[in-house]
Order: sequence, then C-alpha cells, then structure tokens
Amino acid sequence: MQEQNALTDLHVGPEKPDAAVVRDALGVGVAVGLSGFAFGVTSAGSGLTLLQTCVLSLLVFTGASQFALVGAIAAGGSPFTAAAGAFFLGVRNAFYGLRLSQVLRLTRAVRPFAAQWVIDETTVVALAQPTRRSARIGFVVTGLSLYVLWNLTTLLGALGAEAIGDTAAWGLDAAGPAVFLALLAPMLTTGTERAVAGLAVVLGLGLLPVLPAGVPVLVAALAAPVVLWAQGRRLGGEAR
Amino acid sequence: MNTWIAIGATVVGCYAVKLIGLLVPAGALEKPLVRRLAALLPVALLAALTAQQTFGDGQALVLDARAAGVAAAAVALVLRAPFLLVVGAAVVVTAGVRALSG
Repeated sequence: MQEQNALTDLHVGPEKPDAAVVRDALGVGVAVGLSGFAFGVTSAGSGLTLLQTCVLSLLVFTGASQFALVGAIAAGGSPFTAAAGAFFLGVRNAFYGLRLSQVLRLTRAVRPFAAQWVIDETTVVALAQPTRRSARIGFVVTGLSLYVLWNLTTLLGALGAEAIGDTAAWGLDAAGPAVFLALLAPMLTTGTERAVAGLAVVLGLGLLPVLPAGVPVLVAALAAPVVLWAQGRRLGGEAR
Repeated sequence: MNTWIAIGATVVGCYAVKLIGLLVPAGALEKPLVRRLAALLPVALLAALTAQQTFGDGQALVLDARAAGVAAAAVALVLRAPFLLVVGAAVVVTAGVRALSG
C-alpha cells in the first residue's frame, strides 16, 4: 500500500533537494552494499569457488536469491530445486519493475541496463521520492553504490573466507538467516502476512527431515496461496 | 558442474523477472489476486528459509548457537537498528555463544 501512496504522491509532493536524495540513497546503498561481505564468506564457506561467488553477485545481484542458492547448494539440493528457490524469491522484482517503470519513465534502450538494479532497496528509495527527478536520482545512486560495494565486498568476503578459516566459529553462518529476517520483518504488516510466515515456517521445518534438500522451501511457498484461499473462503462465507 | 547449472539458471531467471517488470505494459500484472500472491510469496519463502537456516543442519533439525544469534537479530529489528547492525548482532552473538559453550 505504501507503494501506491508513493505513486499518487509523485506529482503533488514538495520538491526535495538533490543532495538530500543522494544522501538517503547512499545511506541505503552503503549499508546494504557492505553486507556483500557476509555473502562472500557464506558462499565460499558453502563450497562455491571465488569465480562462482563473484559471478552470482555480478549477474544475479539480488541478495535473498543469492543467499538462498548457496544455502540450497550447501545443503546438497539438486541444481534445479536450488535455482527454483532462488528464482521464486526473485519474482517479486518483476512487481517492483512494474512500479518503477511508471515512476521513472525509462526509455526502451535504457531498460535492459536498468533492469539489473531493480531490487528491494532501489525500489524502496525511488518510490519514497516526491518527484520523478528525485526518484531517478534515488534509483541511480542507490543502484550504483549498492552494486559497486556489494560486488567489492563479495570479493573481499570470498577471499577472506579462507583466512577466516572455520566460518562457523566466527558466527558467520548466522548472517544468512539474519539477512532473511531483516528483509522479512518489514513485510509482516498484517495478520495475513504473519499467517503466511507462520505456516511457511511450520512447512519448511516440518518437511526438512523428510523431503530432499530444497524441496521443503518450495512446498512452504504454497503457504501464500493457501492462506489467500482460506481468507477468500472466510470472507465469502461472511458475505453470504 | 552442477553448481554452474544452478548459477546459470538463477542468473537467467532472476534477470528475466527484473526485465519483465520494466517491459510489460502496466495493468498486465495488476490483477488484485496476482499482486496479493506476489506480495505474499516472498513472505512465505523468506520465513521458511530463515527457519531452515536457523534450525536446519542438512536434513536434521538442531537447536544451536545460530538460534541465539537470530534471536539477537530479531531484537535488533524490533529496536529499529540499521541493516548492518542486525546482521552484525546475529554474527557476534552466535560467535559468542559458541566461544562460551566451547
């Protein structure tokens, strides 16, 4: 719903100084960009090579999908279930892109390049801006700073993983779930979201011992349609 | 080799969905049910992944120092700490609990 407010407010909001937009964008870009270090370490600790780790950050560039992929590979999942989990997590970016294309009004030639930067953070910053100009500045500055830092710190993390040795002793195996939790928390706004999260946790943990690696997460994704369906039935029942 | 297959599929899939969002005419993905589902799918996936990476060890469920670390991250989130601090809290507390418990 916040997204819609940002969109309707786009033309009526007050002007915002470019410097303020840049400062906000850099704040997000730098903070999240630095956590590429945790991804580099996690990925290397999961058995991926330096090249594989860096290719993921350069070409996938959507943190949750990257963590999910290396987590599934480390757990021994098949390449297809691992990629499927990462893909489904990336699907939300399509909906961000839909919003962003209305707000940013990119030319056709620019879109294939801008697409790589369509992620949670750039969307949040761009949609929070009052004007098209500041939305564009916010998108570019967040995208550029986050992309550069995320890739640099991924490289450093992957290189450092060997020097660090046992990543578990340093608690770095907790970085992945903490990143997921930080991304998840702002989404838990209503009872519906909490019900979906709760059911997904039960399915994910309950099926972990009995299904092949990677599959329980995909089954847990069914929590979303199941809760929607149950809600629809309840509302339908009340209407009758 | 298997890892490269997974990486290749993820690269193509994740870029494709980003580009589709920018290219489709507004309205095509705007059906209320589609939008609701798209907003809820990441919630389900992230919740399941968080739980598995906190309590899973291969195919076994375990309760170890990671649970304390993720709990610390949750507290940091409730206190509205910045992203890096949330991740940092999880790492430091997990390492601390491991060091103390030998």
